[in-house]
Amino acid sequence: MKAGAVLRFLRWYLREVTGEGEYDKYLARHTHGTPLSRREFERRRSDQREKGSAMRCC
Amino acid sequence: MPNPGMPQPGGSRPRASLPSIVVWTLVAVVGGLAWGVIALSRGEEISAIWLVAAALGSYAIAYRFYSRFIARRVLRVDDRRATPAERLDNGVDYQPTDRRVLLGHHFAAIAGAGPLVGPVLAAQMGYLPGTIWIIVGVILAGAVQDMVTLFFSMRRDGKSLGQMVRDELGPIGGAAALIAVFAIMIILLAVLALVVVNALAESPWGTFSIAMTIPIALFMGFYLRILRPGRVMETTVIGVVLLLLAIVGGGMIQGSAWAEAFTLSPVTLVWCLVIYGFFASVLPVWMLLAPRDYLSTFMKIGTIVLLAVGVILVAPTLQNEAVTQFALNGAGPVFSGSLFPFVFITIACGALSGFHSLVSSGTTPKMIQKESQVRLIGYGAMLMESFVAVMALVAASVLDPGLYYAMNAPAGLLGTTAESASQAVANLGFTISPDDLRTTAEEIGESSVVARTGGAPTLAVGIAEILSGIFGGAAFKAFWYHFAIMFEALFILTTVDAGTRVGRFMLQDMLGNVWKPIGRVSWKPGLWGTSAAVVLAWGYFLYAGVTHPLGGINQLFPLFGIANQLLAAVALTLCTTLLIKSGRLKWAWVTGVPLAWDVAVTMTASWQKVFSTDPKIGFFAQRERYADALAEGKVLAPAKSIEDMHTVVTNSTVTGVLTAVFALLVIVIMANAAVVCVRAIRARTPLPTTETPFVESKILVPAGGVFSTGDEGREPDKVAGPS
Repeated sequence: MKAGAVLRFLRWYLREVTGEGEYDKYLARHTHGTPLSRREFERRRSDQREKGSAMRCC
Repeated sequence: MPNPGMPQPGGSRPRASLPSIVVWTLVAVVGGLAWGVIALSRGEEISAIWLVAAALGSYAIAYRFYSRFIARRVLRVDDRRATPAERLDNGVDYQPTDRRVLLGHHFAAIAGAGPLVGPVLAAQMGYLPGTIWIIVGVILAGAVQDMVTLFFSMRRDGKSLGQMVRDELGPIGGAAALIAVFAIMIILLAVLALVVVNALAESPWGTFSIAMTIPIALFMGFYLRILRPGRVMETTVIGVVLLLLAIVGGGMIQGSAWAEAFTLSPVTLVWCLVIYGFFASVLPVWMLLAPRDYLSTFMKIGTIVLLAVGVILVAPTLQNEAVTQFALNGAGPVFSGSLFPFVFITIACGALSGFHSLVSSGTTPKMIQKESQVRLIGYGAMLMESFVAVMALVAASVLDPGLYYAMNAPAGLLGTTAESASQAVANLGFTISPDDLRTTAEEIGESSVVARTGGAPTLAVGIAEILSGIFGGAAFKAFWYHFAIMFEALFILTTVDAGTRVGRFMLQDMLGNVWKPIGRVSWKPGLWGTSAAVVLAWGYFLYAGVTHPLGGINQLFPLFGIANQLLAAVALTLCTTLLIKSGRLKWAWVTGVPLAWDVAVTMTASWQKVFSTDPKIGFFAQRERYADALAEGKVLAPAKSIEDMHTVVTNSTVTGVLTAVFALLVIVIMANAAVVCVRAIRARTPLPTTETPFVESKILVPAGGVFSTGDEGREPDKVAGPS
């Protein structure tokens, strides 16, 4: 295993786990019309969390 | 890993390759050797490394063989079947997520303070009972429960435990489950909050650094919302740096004129937590909850990794006995009662935790890409939590037993000074000098270590002991102690935030059936009212625990353990019923055996807590003893006043009644399940279940290695060909 591959994996993993990569995925999916700005996108995403709450266990 | 699909009917299974046979034999030998060392060393100190080896070896074997057996034979996972994440993908809650990413989310959601606190308290029985239960329990019960619940919820579009019980057992069991889940959650939140209060009381250092997490989280929230939307990683890095500064700052506060402002009594802290809990649950999520979640998850994973490295590098020797006298005579000061059943309810998280069934049904099942991944996510994440519990047990067992009892016995027994504590510990049959107690307190930067119950301070001393052995030496002990306290308090508070919110949703949902407006999520008065009700409910038990003359942890922790294990009984009952209903009676033992064990343990514990004539164990016997004395106008130690006597009487009544109610609710659910099972066995054709029908999966999951990124080799639009 090359160090580069591990670093690339780490970067990818952290972006996935934190949800930081969500916007880029949205841009890739969004091919018609003007996409939301990042600010607007993230705002909607965090407001979605109002509706429910993930349980945190003991 | 090759595609772990179903074994082809009629086809021959591939033979295990030679290297694989060699590796697994080696793992078995190492694990077996470690168990041998643990079993055979009596009267001599053993290294913690053997516990770690026994745990890891057992986990590897269990994961490789038992979880695979459950996935293939019992659950019959089918990767050709589309998961709810694929069918209902809406980019919000239903979303196919890479298995390793989901493992991270799921682990962060299930592992909290539970696996850290329980084993510390159970260390009073010695390290052996706890270790065996954590490892055997997780393999045969805890991880099985998590995985099977996850699977059944996934087959039902991610329905919650309560909904599944209602749909599959009927309205009576459903209603009982709803009430039980809510009540159990209130107790859970109260006991976790109690751990925080006990860790922060009279400690300006700890209180300051925890208090600072609120402005830090608010700052992170605004940063993410306004300044740099979506940059979670850089925000978290900034937050963690600020957090470390807050820990260092706490040390400076401690010696300054500000110390007094942050030296809070337990009762003041209760009010702080209640007010904080209320605001945390009504403020927008982005402001406080989400940033705290990032911080706490980062700290959780970071500290656990650090601790694992510490335990392996330092390889400390265990000072604790293998099995203490308290395991047999039931007279332990930390919690009363003998090994069976009380070790098995004190250690819930890490071995078998009913609460996980709430995470396994709900959020996680909506994000699974492929059915076979329930094995990694359900079984695997629970094994990881179990390992955390083993390390907590190690951290508690490296401490000198004298110190352990001086920290964990209730204040009523120990008194308040180093001298009285030393004397009380001697009466228990252990030794620690008053000077040693003072030195320890000084080393960790606290005014006293006497009666710092709740497990968190003890664990923090253990962690400081281990980590200062590698990083920074003795001079850093105080830092590491407060680092550990911060890390525990941080994620207990995250659980309190999230739990209060979840409790509010449940209450809104339940009351919404009676009066519509309350059920509306956007109606502010309903939202505030239900939030306040939830906060006050756990606040009441927290207050009762903090002011309990007999020690809140001593009194409430058994209730917490029983509640958690009863929830496990509900989940395992549901799983067993579903196996039987779907015509898999011959595999029902997979969840049925853990269920039988869990019921034996919890019902014995509940029985003893309700009916025991020993006032140290039975709540009502205790009530009677104090009520009788009160009638004669006497004050029984450790109560100090007539008022204390009244408190004991009230608290014993409440906890006793609650224990009985919990047990009865679970009996109702199990009786309901038994009826359904008998009906299912008698029926000629399988009874209808609410499983969603088969839809063919169209996504391909790359069979990349552990370190492949999700994008490599992935062709989202390519349709899986006929296999």
